[in-house]
Amino acid sequence: MTDTLERESRLQGMGVSRLRKEDARFIRGRGTYVDDIKLPGMLFGAIVRSPFAHARIKSINKEKALKVPGVVAVLTADDLKPVKLHWMPTLGGDVQAVLADKKVCFQYQEVAMVLAADRYAAADGVDAVEVEYEELPAIVDPRRSMDKGAPVIREDIADKDEVGHGKRTHPNHIFTWEAGDKASTDDAFRNAAVTVREEILNPRVHPCPLETCGCVASFDKVTGQLTVYLTSQAPHLVRTVVAMLSGIPESKIRLVGGDIGGGFGNKVPVYPGYVIATVASIVTGLPIKWIESRIENISTTGFARDYHGVGELAADKDGRIKGLRFTALADHGAFNSHVSATKFPAGLFSICTGSYDIPRAYCRVDAVYTNKAPGGVAYRCSLRVTEAVYLIERMMDVLAQKVGVDKAEIRRRNFVKKEQFPYTTALGWTLDSGDYHTALEKVLKAVDYEGLRKEQAEKRKKGELMGIGISTFTEIVGAGPNKVCDILGISLFDSCDIRVNPTGSAIARLGTMTQGQGHMTTYAQIIATELGLPSDEIQIEEGDTDKAPYGAGTWGSRSTPVGGAAAAMAARKIKAKAQKIAAHLLEVGEGDLEWEIDRFKVKGSPGKFKTMKDIAMAAHTSSIPDGMEKGLDASEYYDPPNMTFPFGAYVCVVDIDKHTGETRVRRFYALDDCGTRINPMIIEGQIHGGLTEAFAVAMGQQVPFDEAGNHLGNSLMDYFLPTAMETPRWETDHTVTPSPHHPIGAKGVAESPHVGGIPCFTNAVVDAFAHLGVTHMDMPHTSYRVWQQAHKLGIDKR
Amino acid sequence: MAKKIAVSFKLNGKPVDAVVEPRELLIHTLREKLGHTGPHIGCETSHCGACTVDLNGMSVKSCTQLTVQCEGADVLTIEGFEQGGVLHALQEGFTQQHGLQCGYCTPGMITRAYRLLKEIPNPTEEEIRYWMAGNLCRCTGYMNIVKAVQHAAKALAAKAA
Amino acid sequence: MIPSSFEYHAPASIPDALGLLRQFGAEAKLLAGGHSLLPLMKMRFAAPAHLIDLGRIAELKGIREDKGAIVIGAMTTENELIWSKLLQEKCPLIVEGARQISDPQVRYKGTIGGDISHGDPGNDHPALMIALGASFVLRGAGGERAVPADGFFHGLYDTELKADEIMTSIRIPVPAPGTGYAYAKLKRKTGDFATAAAAVTLRMKGNAVQDVSIALTNVGPTPLKAKQAEASLRGKALDDAAINEAARLAMSICAPVADQRGDIAYKTAMAGEMVQRSIRTARSRASN
Repeated sequence: MTDTLERESRLQGMGVSRLRKEDARFIRGRGTYVDDIKLPGMLFGAIVRSPFAHARIKSINKEKALKVPGVVAVLTADDLKPVKLHWMPTLGGDVQAVLADKKVCFQYQEVAMVLAADRYAAADGVDAVEVEYEELPAIVDPRRSMDKGAPVIREDIADKDEVGHGKRTHPNHIFTWEAGDKASTDDAFRNAAVTVREEILNPRVHPCPLETCGCVASFDKVTGQLTVYLTSQAPHLVRTVVAMLSGIPESKIRLVGGDIGGGFGNKVPVYPGYVIATVASIVTGLPIKWIESRIENISTTGFARDYHGVGELAADKDGRIKGLRFTALADHGAFNSHVSATKFPAGLFSICTGSYDIPRAYCRVDAVYTNKAPGGVAYRCSLRVTEAVYLIERMMDVLAQKVGVDKAEIRRRNFVKKEQFPYTTALGWTLDSGDYHTALEKVLKAVDYEGLRKEQAEKRKKGELMGIGISTFTEIVGAGPNKVCDILGISLFDSCDIRVNPTGSAIARLGTMTQGQGHMTTYAQIIATELGLPSDEIQIEEGDTDKAPYGAGTWGSRSTPVGGAAAAMAARKIKAKAQKIAAHLLEVGEGDLEWEIDRFKVKGSPGKFKTMKDIAMAAHTSSIPDGMEKGLDASEYYDPPNMTFPFGAYVCVVDIDKHTGETRVRRFYALDDCGTRINPMIIEGQIHGGLTEAFAVAMGQQVPFDEAGNHLGNSLMDYFLPTAMETPRWETDHTVTPSPHHPIGAKGVAESPHVGGIPCFTNAVVDAFAHLGVTHMDMPHTSYRVWQQAHKLGIDKR
Repeated sequence: MAKKIAVSFKLNGKPVDAVVEPRELLIHTLREKLGHTGPHIGCETSHCGACTVDLNGMSVKSCTQLTVQCEGADVLTIEGFEQGGVLHALQEGFTQQHGLQCGYCTPGMITRAYRLLKEIPNPTEEEIRYWMAGNLCRCTGYMNIVKAVQHAAKALAAKAA
Repeated sequence: MIPSSFEYHAPASIPDALGLLRQFGAEAKLLAGGHSLLPLMKMRFAAPAHLIDLGRIAELKGIREDKGAIVIGAMTTENELIWSKLLQEKCPLIVEGARQISDPQVRYKGTIGGDISHGDPGNDHPALMIALGASFVLRGAGGERAVPADGFFHGLYDTELKADEIMTSIRIPVPAPGTGYAYAKLKRKTGDFATAAAAVTLRMKGNAVQDVSIALTNVGPTPLKAKQAEASLRGKALDDAAINEAARLAMSICAPVADQRGDIAYKTAMAGEMVQRSIRTARSRASN
């Protein structure tokens, strides 16, 4: 190996599929997840929950529970009233009951917390708490929420004519939000040669990470210090919220996001369990652990989607889109806890023009309350992006079928062309980079698309069902720029502190929060390449708010776009200082130096150089220029100038048994463009995981209810988490279209496969029936539901 | 409350004792009384497999096992895999093949794969998927887990040869 | 996640176990593999005051051949069934059925006796046993009796097993060489109960069916023996028309419960589909 190649390879930096640094503890079972934490004197909290979806609380009797051996206390809303924490503000501009006072609004809502010496006593205590309810009629169908005379769910805000996002027109109405030019779009529809309309449901699902939510809250009465170990994707934001709610100075609050067993958006909100445990700890001075069960997790924590959409496209006879009109009825459950930037209560739904050049567009979301768990969250996506991309990718196929144009061709005809970037959509987003045509062609060639269509035609003659699904999606991630995003007014920047020690290793702390994405490795790789230091010697820390600089956490694929940028920029500050020191040491001007891999060389004198390691030592000695501060540290608080726009082209081939509805995914080919690729191995792992979650959503996940608001499938008996048996094999590919604004051109990738995958599966399933006139089928595509379609067409008969 | 029972068994080769109510689940004894937090809890309906241990030569979900049933048993958890500073082939395989992301399912996966490879030393991909279907993962999509197990199978076979 | 309190007993012999059953009566439950009972207890849907663990009773284990019958101890696990060379060779239907039950870990513990005696229509062994013409050996205070599988299941969680009896073994007549077999099970995912399943054993004579046994899983309060379907096939060639008719007759006796797996129409249709699949597969495995 040549000298430069050898030095490069020693760095294990950008672009290398280096093994992960965090694996060492996980393969030994030495991770520290919240439930692993045991503190002296710790009590265990378990929650008493409502069996009814809508009911008044007539009485709560703690007597029997307090007699259960090991039970220390039973907390109800009355115990939280003195500190005004029986209600808490949500990240959606609403309020949510921490412990129900007077009424419950969803099944499993929190009514009391039993504190006991251990979880066995706590479970017995929960059983012994006696609550008397008076059942009320429940609203489960969001289309009934705004009926005249509908039961009022939120009596607590009955007198409020707005809940954070504009005027409410009904007690069960939350907000109405719109974007685009309605008049102009309506005009496009009136004059269009072709229009298509489809009612499209994104059912309520749940991110269901393998580790449920929980915390250990520990208040030290002597020091006044509150420490909370927490399953949180955003520890700093939660710390600020806790400070606001508790009145404890934020400097005395330490949130620790340690090892987290998957987040997927489920671990962003602040849940009542955290608040009650924290209050209990403050009152008792003892550590309090609360860990929810799986059923509690699926039933009460952040659900996703539940968007009842209508998609409409107006086009010419060749399928060139002239107008887009998308509306959605959003079911937020009983409290709006959906993270909402002030201007975007429906998240980034307006990205729904997708990868296409659409001159006129309008979208509107009407959000309502129902007697279901509050939410939603962004399940492995940016807020509401899955809903948006699902709509547009489905409608492209619907339009293709209407005008009789091939489903790949319809996309080619409508793509934003490479030369049109930066392209501002009719709904106001500026897509800064992309090359959709190249991605699509690469994928179609890889799968022999023409051959597949021929095969499909043959199979159709024989009455066999084969479907080909295409998804060419653009994602919008990396929240986000000041001008667009905030949470509770706080900007969504992120940060990186880097300290290089005299002996040339470094430690970097960031405000993001890994839950399995490999930050210990990928951030080290970015810094390794920037600074010329081996990634093995760059320690990465996140999650402890006492140590890490302020950041908005990890969700919506923002770590690489924002945290990664902060890391690169901080490293560049260090590099700039290092260059000055190198010039000083080599007795040349800064301009006489050039950087090569791990050192500054004097131009034209290859023997004269200083490595970053040399400079690191020098920075701590007197060998630095006069007037320069010692040390080699830097901080960057990075405010991204724009979101980033990863994109992809996916093809899915399915074979459907028309007699049983069983759908076999024969092939799934996923091409992703996430700009600059930090660690291909990690990227591939993220794609596999995201596609698997997409598969689960499209083919089986749902959180169903009966008409009284009772859960019908809220355990892993029913909730579809595919095993290795059900999960298809994935083929991955890529193109590289760097982000023009990101310091290393990277865009973020982990959520793309989920967002792009879901419509791809649906498109494949519908395509299998398309020749029989089917234009749409709602998820989940369980065998049962697919069979129902076949049965309706009469093709299941033998 | 039922009277507590003293239970003795071997944990990762060492004798241990616990005094438990009959209803105490092995997963709780391991995690809370015996300080072994490697096996994890992911559900309460015996589906996810995160709590898998090796008990008397069988892969068992320790959340569905009473500790009182373990008198005299031989229990292996993830903590018992590294021997004298040397990682087990499965631990190496999972690292080499990127078979983990958040790490939560990993102890159960490795412990289950251990028994699988004892019974089927050279499994095909189909066999791995079938015989590991009692362990859920939300992060990896399973492809690299299959590779990790195959990696370990090769390494163990080479060692045996 | 946490069961209610109970007393635990681990008898070393069948008489000891029977004694405990007599002593505690309705307050006691037998613990076999524990993977039906313990999950129920963890959800507090069941809360017996006494648990009688059969796991230490050696007499309840083992798979052996005995004068033209295969005898399986009731505490034999699904995994032991799968790996049994004797079963693989002489009664592969049981191996095929066991492989489709739950997941690997559950199969190390779940027992054939527990699966049968629980009386859960979703369990798989009942239909397999009916298709094989098996009988169950029950032992109680009054002695031992053998009850044929067809006739053992009375209703939901209601079997011939009395409160003071223990199932000790299962006797299966060794299927004649050349018997075709199949267990076709449709389920939503690994670990799920059947949406519908059909167990078939088949003897051919030339091109015609000499004898056939068809039993259905989870499409009624008990496993269902599709007697009319069987009768329609005996003596007939197994062409599409005959198989369709058999499936239709099997569907006509179905009375499934609508749930998240499907409505009545779907489950019934799937029972028909599983009968189709299992007959065709059994035919491919049968030889004269």
